[in-house]
Amino acid sequence: MIVIGELINGMYKDVGKAVSNRETDVIQHLAIDQVKAGSQVLDVNTGPYSKNPKDDMKWLIESIQAVVDVRLALDSTKADVIEEGLRLVKNRAVINSTNADEAKMDVIFGLAKKYNTQVIGLAMDKAGVPNSREKRLELAATIMAKAIDYGIGTDDVFLDPIVLPVNVAQTQGREVLEAIREFSCLSDPAPNTVIGLSNVSQGTKFRSLVNRTFLTMAIADGLTSAILDPLDKELMDAMITAELVLNKHIYCDSFLDAYRKK
Amino acid sequence: MPIELVREKYSDAINTVRIGRAGSKSVNIGGETTLPFLFDEGAMPNPPLVALEIFDCEPADWPEGLKRPYGASLKDPVSWAKKCATEFGAQVLCIRLMSIHPDCGNKTGEEVVPIVKAVFKETGLPLIIVGSGDDDKDNDVLPKVSQALKGENCLLGIATQNNYKTLAATCLADGHSIIAESPIDINIAKQVNILISDMGCDSKRIVMHPTTTSLGYGMEYVYSIMERGRLAAFIGDKMLAMPFILFAGSEVWKTKEARESGDTQGVNWELTTTVAMLQAGADLVVMRHPVAARSAMAYIKNIMDRG
Repeated sequence: MIVIGELINGMYKDVGKAVSNRETDVIQHLAIDQVKAGSQVLDVNTGPYSKNPKDDMKWLIESIQAVVDVRLALDSTKADVIEEGLRLVKNRAVINSTNADEAKMDVIFGLAKKYNTQVIGLAMDKAGVPNSREKRLELAATIMAKAIDYGIGTDDVFLDPIVLPVNVAQTQGREVLEAIREFSCLSDPAPNTVIGLSNVSQGTKFRSLVNRTFLTMAIADGLTSAILDPLDKELMDAMITAELVLNKHIYCDSFLDAYRKK
Repeated sequence: MPIELVREKYSDAINTVRIGRAGSKSVNIGGETTLPFLFDEGAMPNPPLVALEIFDCEPADWPEGLKRPYGASLKDPVSWAKKCATEFGAQVLCIRLMSIHPDCGNKTGEEVVPIVKAVFKETGLPLIIVGSGDDDKDNDVLPKVSQALKGENCLLGIATQNNYKTLAATCLADGHSIIAESPIDINIAKQVNILISDMGCDSKRIVMHPTTTSLGYGMEYVYSIMERGRLAAFIGDKMLAMPFILFAGSEVWKTKEARESGDTQGVNWELTTTVAMLQAGADLVVMRHPVAARSAMAYIKNIMDRG
Protein backbone atom coordinates (compact mmCIF):
# COMPACT_ATOMS: atom_id res chain seq x y z
CA MET A 1 0.00 0.00 0.00
CA ILE A 2 1.18 3.47 -0.83
CA VAL A 3 0.26 5.61 2.17
CA ILE A 4 -0.38 9.28 1.43
CA GLY A 5 -0.39 11.25 4.68
CA GLU A 6 -3.34 13.66 4.79
CA LEU A 7 -2.52 15.91 7.72
CA ILE A 8 -0.86 18.87 6.00
CA ASN A 9 -4.09 20.43 4.87
CA GLY A 10 -5.13 23.99 5.61
CA MET A 11 -8.66 22.72 6.09
CA TYR A 12 -7.54 21.59 9.56
CA LYS A 13 -7.66 24.49 11.99
CA ASP A 14 -4.15 24.13 13.40
CA VAL A 15 -2.62 23.75 9.94
CA GLY A 16 -4.62 26.66 8.54
CA LYS A 17 -3.39 28.80 11.40
CA ALA A 18 0.18 27.60 10.94
CA VAL A 19 0.01 28.50 7.26
CA SER A 20 -1.29 32.02 7.82
CA ASN A 21 1.16 32.67 10.70
CA ARG A 22 4.08 30.91 8.98
CA GLU A 23 4.60 28.53 11.94
CA THR A 24 7.25 26.36 10.30
CA ASP A 25 7.71 24.01 13.26
CA VAL A 26 4.04 22.94 13.23
CA ILE A 27 4.25 21.88 9.59
CA GLN A 28 7.66 20.27 10.00
CA HIS A 29 6.52 18.20 12.97
CA LEU A 30 3.53 16.98 11.00
CA ALA A 31 5.80 16.08 8.10
CA ILE A 32 8.29 14.20 10.26
CA ASP A 33 5.61 12.38 12.26
CA GLN A 34 3.75 11.26 9.17
CA VAL A 35 6.89 9.94 7.50
CA LYS A 36 7.93 8.11 10.67
CA ALA A 37 4.46 6.58 10.84
CA GLY A 38 4.84 5.09 7.37
CA SER A 39 3.76 7.65 4.77
CA GLN A 40 5.55 7.32 1.46
CA VAL A 41 3.86 10.45 0.13
CA LEU A 42 2.61 13.58 1.92
CA ASP A 43 -0.44 15.44 0.70
CA VAL A 44 0.03 19.22 0.67
CA ASN A 45 -3.04 21.42 0.61
CA THR A 46 -3.06 25.11 1.47
CA GLY A 47 -6.71 24.93 2.52
CA PRO A 48 -9.86 26.78 1.52
CA TYR A 49 -9.03 29.96 3.41
CA SER A 50 -5.64 30.59 1.89
CA LYS A 51 -5.54 34.14 0.57
CA ASN A 52 -2.47 33.57 -1.54
CA PRO A 53 -2.34 29.84 -2.29
CA LYS A 54 0.71 30.03 -4.58
CA ASP A 55 2.82 31.62 -1.86
CA ASP A 56 1.40 29.27 0.75
CA MET A 57 2.11 26.21 -1.38
CA LYS A 58 5.70 27.39 -1.92
CA TRP A 59 6.19 27.99 1.80
CA LEU A 60 4.68 24.61 2.73
CA ILE A 61 6.86 22.69 0.29
CA GLU A 62 10.03 24.48 1.36
CA SER A 63 9.23 23.90 5.03
CA ILE A 64 8.52 20.19 4.50
CA GLN A 65 11.50 19.53 2.25
CA ALA A 66 13.85 21.14 4.75
CA VAL A 67 13.24 18.26 7.19
CA VAL A 68 12.11 15.19 5.24
CA ASP A 69 13.07 13.60 1.95
CA VAL A 70 9.68 12.42 0.79
CA ARG A 71 7.39 12.53 -2.21
CA LEU A 72 4.62 15.13 -2.17
CA ALA A 73 1.07 15.08 -3.50
CA LEU A 74 0.22 18.63 -4.52
CA ASP A 75 -3.41 19.06 -3.66
CA SER A 76 -5.21 22.01 -5.21
CA THR A 77 -8.05 22.73 -7.58
CA LYS A 78 -5.94 25.47 -9.16
CA ALA A 79 -3.45 24.47 -11.84
CA ASP A 80 -1.20 27.49 -11.25
CA VAL A 81 -0.86 26.55 -7.57
CA ILE A 82 0.09 23.01 -8.53
CA GLU A 83 2.61 24.23 -11.09
CA GLU A 84 4.17 26.54 -8.52
CA GLY A 85 4.72 23.45 -6.37
CA LEU A 86 5.99 21.30 -9.21
CA ARG A 87 8.85 23.74 -9.77
CA LEU A 88 10.01 23.19 -6.21
CA VAL A 89 9.61 19.48 -5.45
CA LYS A 90 12.79 17.45 -5.02
CA ASN A 91 11.16 14.05 -5.57
CA ARG A 92 8.69 12.81 -8.14
CA ALA A 93 5.36 14.43 -7.31
CA VAL A 94 1.75 13.33 -7.47
CA ILE A 95 -0.82 15.83 -8.74
CA ASN A 96 -3.97 15.74 -6.64
CA SER A 97 -6.04 15.86 -8.85
CA THR A 98 -7.95 15.93 -12.12
CA ASN A 99 -11.53 14.88 -12.71
CA ALA A 100 -12.94 13.48 -15.94
CA ASP A 101 -13.72 16.85 -17.51
CA GLU A 102 -11.98 17.31 -20.84
CA ALA A 103 -10.55 20.76 -20.19
CA LYS A 104 -9.34 19.92 -16.70
CA MET A 105 -7.67 16.73 -17.89
CA ASP A 106 -5.86 18.59 -20.66
CA VAL A 107 -4.36 21.02 -18.17
CA ILE A 108 -3.44 18.45 -15.52
CA PHE A 109 -2.08 15.74 -17.82
CA GLY A 110 -0.17 18.47 -19.65
CA LEU A 111 1.50 19.39 -16.35
CA ALA A 112 2.04 15.72 -15.50
CA LYS A 113 3.84 15.18 -18.79
CA LYS A 114 5.92 18.34 -18.45
CA TYR A 115 7.05 17.60 -14.90
CA ASN A 116 7.00 13.77 -15.06
CA THR A 117 4.53 13.31 -12.22
CA GLN A 118 1.89 10.83 -11.23
CA VAL A 119 -1.74 11.93 -11.21
CA ILE A 120 -4.80 11.23 -9.09
CA GLY A 121 -7.88 10.97 -11.30
CA LEU A 122 -11.24 11.47 -9.62
CA ALA A 123 -14.09 9.45 -11.11
CA MET A 124 -16.39 12.45 -11.25
CA ASP A 125 -17.18 15.25 -13.67
CA LYS A 126 -19.14 18.49 -13.93
CA ALA A 127 -22.29 16.56 -13.09
CA GLY A 128 -20.79 15.65 -9.72
CA VAL A 129 -20.09 12.32 -8.02
CA PRO A 130 -21.73 9.35 -9.72
CA ASN A 131 -23.92 7.10 -7.65
CA SER A 132 -23.24 3.86 -9.46
CA ARG A 133 -20.22 1.70 -10.07
CA GLU A 134 -20.96 1.72 -13.82
CA LYS A 135 -20.75 5.50 -14.08
CA ARG A 136 -17.60 5.52 -11.97
CA LEU A 137 -16.06 2.99 -14.31
CA GLU A 138 -17.05 5.01 -17.35
CA LEU A 139 -15.42 8.15 -15.97
CA ALA A 140 -12.32 6.23 -14.90
CA ALA A 141 -12.02 4.85 -18.42
CA THR A 142 -12.27 8.38 -19.80
CA ILE A 143 -9.41 9.45 -17.53
CA MET A 144 -7.27 6.47 -18.52
CA ALA A 145 -7.85 7.13 -22.23
CA LYS A 146 -6.74 10.74 -21.79
CA ALA A 147 -3.70 9.73 -19.77
CA ILE A 148 -2.64 7.33 -22.51
CA ASP A 149 -3.13 10.11 -25.10
CA TYR A 150 -0.66 12.21 -23.12
CA GLY A 151 1.84 9.36 -22.86
CA ILE A 152 1.38 8.96 -19.11
CA GLY A 153 2.16 5.44 -17.85
CA THR A 154 -1.04 3.66 -16.89
CA ASP A 155 0.38 2.78 -13.48
CA ASP A 156 1.19 6.44 -12.93
CA VAL A 157 -2.51 7.17 -12.69
CA PHE A 158 -4.26 6.76 -9.33
CA LEU A 159 -7.98 6.31 -9.92
CA ASP A 160 -10.18 7.54 -7.10
CA PRO A 161 -13.77 6.19 -7.03
CA ILE A 162 -14.81 8.97 -4.57
CA VAL A 163 -15.69 7.74 -1.12
CA LEU A 164 -18.76 9.31 0.46
CA PRO A 165 -19.66 9.52 4.16
CA VAL A 166 -21.40 6.39 5.33
CA ASN A 167 -23.89 8.34 7.38
CA VAL A 168 -25.30 10.21 4.39
CA ALA A 169 -24.67 7.87 1.45
CA GLN A 170 -24.90 4.39 2.83
CA THR A 171 -25.62 2.77 -0.52
CA GLN A 172 -22.31 4.03 -1.92
CA GLY A 173 -19.95 1.85 0.10
CA ARG A 174 -20.60 -1.25 -1.98
CA GLU A 175 -20.49 0.78 -5.22
CA VAL A 176 -17.08 2.21 -4.34
CA LEU A 177 -15.65 -1.20 -3.41
CA GLU A 178 -16.89 -2.76 -6.65
CA ALA A 179 -15.48 0.18 -8.60
CA ILE A 180 -12.03 -0.35 -7.07
CA ARG A 181 -12.11 -3.96 -8.22
CA GLU A 182 -13.19 -2.96 -11.74
CA PHE A 183 -10.71 -0.07 -12.10
CA SER A 184 -7.81 -2.47 -11.85
CA CYS A 185 -8.96 -4.18 -15.06
CA LEU A 186 -8.80 -0.98 -17.11
CA SER A 187 -5.20 -1.29 -18.25
CA ASP A 188 -2.07 -3.40 -18.20
CA PRO A 189 -0.08 -2.52 -16.17
CA ALA A 190 -3.07 -1.84 -13.94
CA PRO A 191 -3.69 1.71 -12.75
CA ASN A 192 -3.21 2.43 -9.08
CA THR A 193 -6.34 3.03 -7.04
CA VAL A 194 -6.66 5.53 -4.23
CA ILE A 195 -9.32 6.71 -1.81
CA GLY A 196 -9.61 9.72 0.46
CA LEU A 197 -10.33 7.42 3.36
CA SER A 198 -11.38 9.82 6.11
CA ASN A 199 -14.36 10.94 4.06
CA VAL A 200 -16.12 7.65 4.76
CA SER A 201 -16.36 8.44 8.46
CA GLN A 202 -17.17 12.15 8.13
CA GLY A 203 -19.72 13.06 10.78
CA THR A 204 -19.85 9.62 12.36
CA LYS A 205 -19.30 8.87 16.01
CA PHE A 206 -16.58 6.20 15.74
CA ARG A 207 -14.43 7.65 13.02
CA SER A 208 -11.31 5.57 13.51
CA LEU A 209 -13.28 2.31 13.57
CA VAL A 210 -15.22 3.21 10.43
CA ASN A 211 -12.00 4.24 8.68
CA ARG A 212 -10.08 1.09 9.45
CA THR A 213 -13.00 -1.19 8.67
CA PHE A 214 -13.52 0.41 5.27
CA LEU A 215 -9.80 0.45 4.52
CA THR A 216 -9.41 -3.30 5.11
CA MET A 217 -12.44 -3.99 2.88
CA ALA A 218 -11.02 -1.78 0.14
CA ILE A 219 -7.63 -3.46 0.40
CA ALA A 220 -9.35 -6.81 -0.07
CA ASP A 221 -10.88 -5.39 -3.25
CA GLY A 222 -7.46 -4.44 -4.56
CA LEU A 223 -6.90 -0.88 -3.36
CA THR A 224 -3.25 0.09 -3.83
CA SER A 225 -3.09 3.49 -2.12
CA ALA A 226 -4.98 5.68 0.34
CA ILE A 227 -4.92 9.23 1.58
CA LEU A 228 -5.28 8.77 5.32
CA ASP A 229 -4.15 9.74 8.81
CA PRO A 230 -0.98 7.73 9.33
CA LEU A 231 -0.82 8.76 12.99
CA ASP A 232 -3.88 6.59 13.66
CA LYS A 233 -1.89 3.58 14.83
CA GLU A 234 -4.85 1.22 14.90
CA LEU A 235 -5.64 2.18 11.32
CA MET A 236 -2.07 1.48 10.23
CA ASP A 237 -2.07 -1.83 12.14
CA ALA A 238 -5.31 -2.83 10.39
CA MET A 239 -3.81 -1.93 7.03
CA ILE A 240 -0.68 -4.00 7.68
CA THR A 241 -2.75 -6.93 8.90
CA ALA A 242 -5.08 -6.80 5.88
CA GLU A 243 -2.07 -6.97 3.59
CA LEU A 244 -0.68 -9.84 5.64
CA VAL A 245 -3.90 -11.82 5.31
CA LEU A 246 -3.72 -11.24 1.55
CA ASN A 247 -0.19 -12.74 1.54
CA LYS A 248 1.49 -9.50 0.54
CA HIS A 249 4.00 -9.91 3.38
CA ILE A 250 5.46 -13.01 4.94
CA TYR A 251 4.04 -13.71 8.39
CA CYS A 252 6.14 -13.67 11.51
CA ASP A 253 5.05 -13.13 15.10
CA SER A 254 6.36 -9.55 15.02
CA PHE A 255 4.77 -8.78 11.67
CA LEU A 256 3.75 -5.23 12.65
CA ASP A 257 7.32 -4.38 13.66
CA ALA A 258 8.65 -6.14 10.58
CA TYR A 259 6.46 -4.02 8.31
CA ARG A 260 7.57 -0.85 10.03
CA LYS A 261 11.23 -1.78 9.56
CA LYS A 262 10.76 -1.82 5.79
CA MET B 1 7.27 -16.35 -34.27
CA PRO B 2 10.15 -15.81 -31.87
CA ILE B 3 9.46 -16.71 -28.27
CA GLU B 4 9.76 -13.76 -25.94
CA LEU B 5 11.06 -14.79 -22.53
CA VAL B 6 9.43 -13.26 -19.51
CA ARG B 7 12.07 -11.59 -17.37
CA GLU B 8 11.58 -10.37 -13.84
CA LYS B 9 13.23 -7.24 -12.50
CA TYR B 10 13.25 -6.63 -8.78
CA SER B 11 13.54 -3.41 -6.83
CA ASP B 12 15.66 -4.59 -3.90
CA ALA B 13 18.90 -6.48 -3.28
CA ILE B 14 20.08 -9.02 -0.75
CA ASN B 15 22.40 -7.47 1.84
CA THR B 16 26.13 -7.79 1.30
CA VAL B 17 27.87 -9.22 4.34
CA ARG B 18 31.63 -9.15 4.72
CA ILE B 19 33.41 -11.90 6.59
CA GLY B 20 36.91 -11.02 7.78
CA ARG B 21 38.51 -7.74 8.72
CA ALA B 22 38.99 -5.12 6.01
CA GLY B 23 42.44 -5.39 4.57
CA SER B 24 42.75 -9.10 5.35
CA LYS B 25 41.65 -11.98 3.13
CA SER B 26 38.05 -10.93 3.73
CA VAL B 27 35.21 -12.08 1.52
CA ASN B 28 31.79 -10.69 0.65
CA ILE B 29 28.64 -12.72 0.33
CA GLY B 30 25.18 -11.69 -0.89
CA GLY B 31 24.35 -8.54 -2.81
CA GLU B 32 22.36 -10.28 -5.52
CA THR B 33 19.34 -8.76 -7.24
CA THR B 34 18.15 -11.95 -8.90
CA LEU B 35 17.28 -15.54 -8.16
CA PRO B 36 20.41 -17.65 -8.57
CA PHE B 37 22.34 -17.31 -11.79
CA LEU B 38 19.58 -15.60 -13.80
CA PHE B 39 22.01 -13.05 -15.15
CA ASP B 40 19.50 -11.58 -17.59
CA GLU B 41 17.25 -10.57 -14.68
CA GLY B 42 19.74 -9.11 -12.21
CA ALA B 43 23.26 -9.18 -10.86
CA MET B 44 25.23 -11.47 -8.59
CA PRO B 45 28.12 -9.21 -7.62
CA ASN B 46 29.56 -11.75 -5.21
CA PRO B 47 29.89 -15.36 -6.40
CA PRO B 48 28.63 -17.90 -3.86
CA LEU B 49 31.45 -19.25 -1.72
CA VAL B 50 32.48 -22.63 -0.40
CA ALA B 51 33.84 -22.98 3.12
CA LEU B 52 35.56 -26.11 4.38
CA GLU B 53 34.57 -27.30 7.82
CA ILE B 54 37.00 -28.41 10.48
CA PHE B 55 36.50 -29.43 14.12
CA ASP B 56 38.52 -28.26 17.10
CA CYS B 57 39.12 -31.93 17.93
CA GLU B 58 39.42 -35.20 16.07
CA PRO B 59 35.98 -36.09 14.71
CA ALA B 60 34.63 -39.19 16.37
CA ASP B 61 32.20 -40.48 13.81
CA TRP B 62 33.40 -39.46 10.36
CA PRO B 63 33.40 -42.32 7.86
CA GLU B 64 36.68 -43.48 6.31
CA GLY B 65 35.80 -41.96 2.93
CA LEU B 66 35.62 -38.54 4.48
CA LYS B 67 38.65 -38.91 6.76
CA ARG B 68 41.03 -40.23 4.10
CA PRO B 69 41.89 -36.96 2.28
CA TYR B 70 42.79 -35.27 5.56
CA GLY B 71 44.90 -38.17 6.95
CA ALA B 72 46.72 -37.53 10.20
CA SER B 73 45.93 -33.83 10.15
CA LEU B 74 42.51 -34.61 11.64
CA LYS B 75 44.27 -35.05 15.00
CA ASP B 76 45.48 -31.45 15.00
CA PRO B 77 43.02 -28.66 14.13
CA VAL B 78 45.79 -26.27 13.08
CA SER B 79 47.37 -28.74 10.63
CA TRP B 80 43.89 -29.60 9.39
CA ALA B 81 43.09 -25.95 8.82
CA LYS B 82 46.38 -25.35 7.02
CA LYS B 83 45.72 -28.30 4.75
CA CYS B 84 42.30 -26.84 3.87
CA ALA B 85 43.86 -23.47 3.13
CA THR B 86 46.92 -24.51 1.17
CA GLU B 87 46.11 -27.89 -0.37
CA PHE B 88 42.39 -27.70 -0.87
CA GLY B 89 41.93 -24.03 -1.77
CA ALA B 90 39.36 -23.13 0.89
CA GLN B 91 38.19 -19.51 0.62
CA VAL B 92 36.63 -19.54 4.06
CA LEU B 93 37.09 -21.85 7.04
CA CYS B 94 34.36 -23.02 9.35
CA ILE B 95 35.49 -24.27 12.74
CA ARG B 96 32.95 -26.23 14.74
CA LEU B 97 33.68 -26.30 18.48
CA MET B 98 32.65 -29.92 19.01
CA SER B 99 35.06 -30.41 21.90
CA ILE B 100 33.06 -28.17 24.19
CA HIS B 101 29.96 -30.37 24.00
CA PRO B 102 29.36 -32.19 27.30
CA ASP B 103 29.31 -35.50 25.43
CA CYS B 104 32.41 -34.82 23.32
CA GLY B 105 35.05 -33.66 25.78
CA ASN B 106 33.30 -30.83 27.61
CA LYS B 107 36.28 -28.52 27.08
CA THR B 108 36.27 -24.99 28.44
CA GLY B 109 36.62 -21.66 26.73
CA GLU B 110 40.17 -21.38 28.07
CA GLU B 111 41.04 -24.64 26.32
CA VAL B 112 39.54 -23.85 22.92
CA VAL B 113 40.42 -20.17 22.56
CA PRO B 114 44.12 -20.91 21.81
CA ILE B 115 43.07 -23.45 19.18
CA VAL B 116 40.78 -21.02 17.36
CA LYS B 117 43.37 -18.24 17.58
CA ALA B 118 46.06 -20.52 16.16
CA VAL B 119 43.81 -21.63 13.30
CA PHE B 120 43.11 -18.00 12.49
CA LYS B 121 46.74 -16.95 12.74
CA GLU B 122 48.12 -19.83 10.69
CA THR B 123 45.63 -19.60 7.82
CA GLY B 124 44.61 -15.95 7.79
CA LEU B 125 41.31 -17.09 6.27
CA PRO B 126 37.95 -15.54 7.16
CA LEU B 127 36.42 -17.67 9.90
CA ILE B 128 32.98 -19.04 10.59
CA ILE B 129 32.83 -20.25 14.18
CA VAL B 130 29.92 -22.42 15.29
CA GLY B 131 29.19 -23.93 18.64
CA SER B 132 28.59 -27.53 19.57
CA GLY B 133 24.80 -27.43 19.60
CA ASP B 134 24.59 -27.49 23.40
CA ASP B 135 23.02 -24.11 24.24
CA ASP B 136 24.47 -23.77 27.73
CA LYS B 137 28.00 -24.66 26.72
CA ASP B 138 27.82 -22.55 23.58
CA ASN B 139 26.61 -19.53 25.56
CA ASP B 140 29.52 -20.02 27.94
CA VAL B 141 32.30 -20.56 25.41
CA LEU B 142 31.34 -18.54 22.30
CA PRO B 143 31.65 -15.16 24.07
CA LYS B 144 35.22 -16.04 25.08
CA VAL B 145 36.15 -17.08 21.57
CA SER B 146 34.43 -13.97 20.23
CA GLN B 147 36.39 -11.70 22.51
CA ALA B 148 39.67 -13.37 21.58
CA LEU B 149 39.02 -12.50 17.93
CA LYS B 150 37.50 -9.12 18.59
CA GLY B 151 37.41 -6.93 15.51
CA GLU B 152 38.20 -9.76 13.09
CA ASN B 153 34.64 -9.76 11.79
CA CYS B 154 34.08 -13.49 12.00
CA LEU B 155 30.70 -15.12 11.41
CA LEU B 156 29.47 -16.67 14.65
CA GLY B 157 26.67 -19.15 15.18
CA ILE B 158 24.23 -20.36 15.80
CA ALA B 159 21.41 -18.14 17.08
CA THR B 160 17.90 -19.60 17.25
CA GLN B 161 14.50 -18.21 18.23
CA ASN B 162 14.94 -19.56 21.75
CA ASN B 163 18.63 -18.86 22.17
CA TYR B 164 19.89 -15.71 20.52
CA LYS B 165 20.47 -13.08 23.18
CA THR B 166 23.92 -14.09 24.40
CA LEU B 167 25.31 -14.58 20.93
CA ALA B 168 23.72 -11.40 19.55
CA ALA B 169 25.12 -9.32 22.41
CA THR B 170 28.53 -10.96 21.95
CA CYS B 171 28.66 -10.30 18.23
CA LEU B 172 27.55 -6.73 18.78
CA ALA B 173 30.25 -6.13 21.40
CA ASP B 174 33.09 -7.72 19.46
CA GLY B 175 32.21 -6.68 15.92
CA HIS B 176 31.28 -10.06 14.45
CA SER B 177 28.41 -11.13 12.21
CA ILE B 178 25.86 -13.69 13.30
CA ILE B 179 24.15 -16.78 11.89
CA ALA B 180 20.37 -16.79 12.52
CA GLU B 181 18.81 -20.22 12.28
CA SER B 182 15.22 -21.33 11.72
CA PRO B 183 13.81 -24.85 11.34
CA ILE B 184 12.97 -24.78 7.59
CA ASP B 185 10.29 -22.21 8.39
CA ILE B 186 10.19 -18.83 6.66
CA ASN B 187 7.99 -17.26 9.36
CA ILE B 188 10.44 -18.18 12.10
CA ALA B 189 13.36 -17.13 9.91
CA LYS B 190 11.90 -13.64 9.69
CA GLN B 191 11.11 -13.60 13.40
CA VAL B 192 14.67 -14.56 14.42
CA ASN B 193 16.04 -11.84 12.18
CA ILE B 194 13.77 -9.28 13.84
CA LEU B 195 14.63 -10.48 17.34
CA ILE B 196 18.34 -10.18 16.62
CA SER B 197 18.04 -6.78 14.99
CA ASP B 198 15.92 -5.59 17.93
CA MET B 199 18.95 -6.37 20.12
CA GLY B 200 20.76 -3.63 18.25
CA CYS B 201 22.58 -5.78 15.70
CA ASP B 202 22.73 -4.29 12.24
CA SER B 203 20.46 -6.41 10.05
CA LYS B 204 23.23 -6.23 7.48
CA ARG B 205 25.39 -8.39 9.74
CA ILE B 206 22.98 -11.29 9.86
CA VAL B 207 23.34 -14.40 7.72
CA MET B 208 20.35 -16.73 7.58
CA HIS B 209 20.63 -20.45 8.10
CA PRO B 210 17.28 -21.79 6.90
CA THR B 211 18.27 -25.28 8.08
CA THR B 212 18.63 -27.76 5.33
CA THR B 213 18.76 -31.40 4.53
CA SER B 214 20.63 -33.68 2.22
CA LEU B 215 19.71 -34.63 -1.29
CA GLY B 216 17.02 -37.29 -1.06
CA TYR B 217 15.64 -36.07 2.24
CA GLY B 218 13.38 -33.21 1.20
CA MET B 219 15.64 -30.68 -0.57
CA GLU B 220 12.67 -29.50 -2.61
CA TYR B 221 11.00 -28.19 0.53
CA VAL B 222 14.15 -26.33 1.54
CA TYR B 223 14.28 -24.92 -1.98
CA SER B 224 10.70 -23.65 -1.76
CA ILE B 225 11.34 -21.95 1.58
CA MET B 226 14.48 -20.25 0.32
CA GLU B 227 12.82 -19.15 -2.89
CA ARG B 228 9.87 -17.66 -0.97
CA GLY B 229 12.22 -15.71 1.29
CA ARG B 230 14.19 -14.43 -1.66
CA LEU B 231 11.16 -13.27 -3.61
CA ALA B 232 9.93 -11.35 -0.56
CA ALA B 233 13.35 -9.77 -0.07
CA PHE B 234 13.55 -8.69 -3.69
CA ILE B 235 10.33 -6.71 -3.35
CA GLY B 236 11.36 -4.95 -0.18
CA ASP B 237 11.14 -7.24 2.87
CA LYS B 238 14.24 -6.04 4.74
CA MET B 239 13.81 -8.71 7.40
CA LEU B 240 14.43 -11.43 4.84
CA ALA B 241 17.15 -9.68 2.83
CA MET B 242 19.99 -11.61 4.46
CA PRO B 243 22.37 -13.94 2.61
CA PHE B 244 21.94 -17.69 3.15
CA ILE B 245 24.48 -20.04 4.68
CA LEU B 246 23.92 -23.79 4.31
CA PHE B 247 25.78 -26.69 5.86
CA ALA B 248 25.96 -29.29 3.11
CA GLY B 249 28.75 -31.40 4.60
CA SER B 250 27.23 -32.06 7.98
CA GLU B 251 23.90 -33.00 6.41
CA VAL B 252 25.26 -35.27 3.70
CA TRP B 253 27.77 -37.16 5.79
CA LYS B 254 25.17 -38.35 8.22
CA THR B 255 23.17 -40.10 5.52
CA LYS B 256 23.65 -43.79 4.92
CA GLU B 257 24.03 -43.14 1.18
CA ALA B 258 27.18 -41.12 1.84
CA ARG B 259 28.59 -43.09 4.74
CA GLU B 260 28.17 -46.63 3.57
CA SER B 261 28.91 -46.58 -0.15
CA GLY B 262 32.63 -45.99 -0.47
CA ASP B 263 34.34 -42.72 -1.37
CA THR B 264 32.81 -41.80 -4.67
CA GLN B 265 29.13 -41.83 -3.84
CA GLY B 266 29.62 -39.71 -0.72
CA VAL B 267 31.58 -37.12 -2.67
CA ASN B 268 28.97 -37.07 -5.43
CA TRP B 269 26.19 -36.84 -2.86
CA GLU B 270 27.79 -33.84 -1.20
CA LEU B 271 28.51 -32.15 -4.52
CA THR B 272 24.99 -32.70 -5.86
CA THR B 273 23.45 -31.49 -2.62
CA THR B 274 25.62 -28.38 -2.78
CA VAL B 275 24.64 -27.64 -6.37
CA ALA B 276 20.97 -27.91 -5.38
CA MET B 277 21.61 -25.51 -2.50
CA LEU B 278 23.37 -23.05 -4.80
CA GLN B 279 20.44 -23.19 -7.19
CA ALA B 280 18.13 -22.51 -4.27
CA GLY B 281 20.02 -19.34 -3.40
CA ALA B 282 22.83 -20.32 -1.03
CA ASP B 283 25.50 -17.63 -0.72
CA LEU B 284 27.85 -19.67 1.43
CA VAL B 285 27.99 -23.47 1.58
CA VAL B 286 29.95 -25.22 4.29
CA MET B 287 31.33 -28.49 2.96
CA ARG B 288 33.43 -31.35 4.32
CA HIS B 289 34.99 -33.42 1.54
CA PRO B 290 37.73 -31.46 -0.26
CA VAL B 291 37.13 -33.18 -3.60
CA ALA B 292 33.44 -32.30 -3.50
CA ALA B 293 34.35 -28.78 -2.41
CA ARG B 294 36.80 -28.32 -5.27
CA SER B 295 34.19 -29.51 -7.78
CA ALA B 296 31.61 -27.15 -6.26
CA MET B 297 34.04 -24.23 -6.61
CA ALA B 298 34.64 -25.19 -10.25
CA TYR B 299 30.89 -25.38 -10.81
CA ILE B 300 30.44 -21.89 -9.36
CA LYS B 301 33.26 -20.48 -11.46
CA ASN B 302 31.91 -22.09 -14.59
CA ILE B 303 28.37 -20.80 -14.13
CA MET B 304 29.50 -17.33 -12.97
CA ASP B 305 31.74 -17.01 -16.05
CA ARG B 306 28.65 -17.33 -18.22
CA GLY B 307 27.21 -14.24 -16.50
